[in-house]
Amino acid sequence: MKWILVALMVGTTTAGEVLQAAGMRRHGEIHDFRPGAIGRALAALARNRFVIGSVAAMGISFFAFMKLLSMTDLSFAVPVSAVTYVMETVLAKYLLKERVNGLRWAGAALVICGVTLVSL
Amino acid sequence: MNSDSARLRLKTWVCTLIVVFSNAFGNFFMKRGLPESAQLSTPLEYIGALFQPWVALGVVLLIVWQMSRLALLSWADLSYVLPVTSVGYVLVALIGKVMLNEAITDRRWAGIVLIMAGVALVSGGSAPSTTRREAAGSR
Repeated sequence: MKWILVALMVGTTTAGEVLQAAGMRRHGEIHDFRPGAIGRALAALARNRFVIGSVAAMGISFFAFMKLLSMTDLSFAVPVSAVTYVMETVLAKYLLKERVNGLRWAGAALVICGVTLVSL
Repeated sequence: MNSDSARLRLKTWVCTLIVVFSNAFGNFFMKRGLPESAQLSTPLEYIGALFQPWVALGVVLLIVWQMSRLALLSWADLSYVLPVTSVGYVLVALIGKVMLNEAITDRRWAGIVLIMAGVALVSGGSAPSTTRREAAGSR
């Protein structure tokens, strides 16, 4: 049960964050932090398909995380969610076309080792 | 350098701090409100749990976290944001230990350190848009 929740949470978080990054990239840099401008930015984001998908995925991820938290330590549930970094590195390269070098792959491998240690 | 890059650096710093702290404390308050509470088997129980005071506070902080993260991502690459916010793992572990009395084994600490190191490496010193804009100091 614990691991099903972890898998569900990691999958939906990854989808959500990659969609979020893609959506914000489309939107462009936010540099005006006055309330009116923030309101306009939110209105534009609410019509951004990537952002809408991201919110849906994050919602599922949130409830999975809630259930996981009710069953396990905080210091288990949070570190184990770091598996998302590995998935996101892969997707950042292939979907967002960011440059991913050897160091980043080494980092992803370290994250996997760390998560394994935390969960033992 | 010029005032533009100084302002971007400051903006990045402030936003990153908000991202890290709202996430760590949001998670903490969620955990604090949840453990002995509902069974969380029906959808209604999930919704109900959201209205417990500590959980509600956690949810508010997590909303702040998402908003600040969205703002940060509007000018910084995902591959920059991931490593700098990974300090949060240590913060969460400390909160768990000090405020929730969770027993954190040496093995778990080692894992957390590895995760941080890994996330830092994922940044790899390359090409986040904040460096392209000459604001590398915020790393």
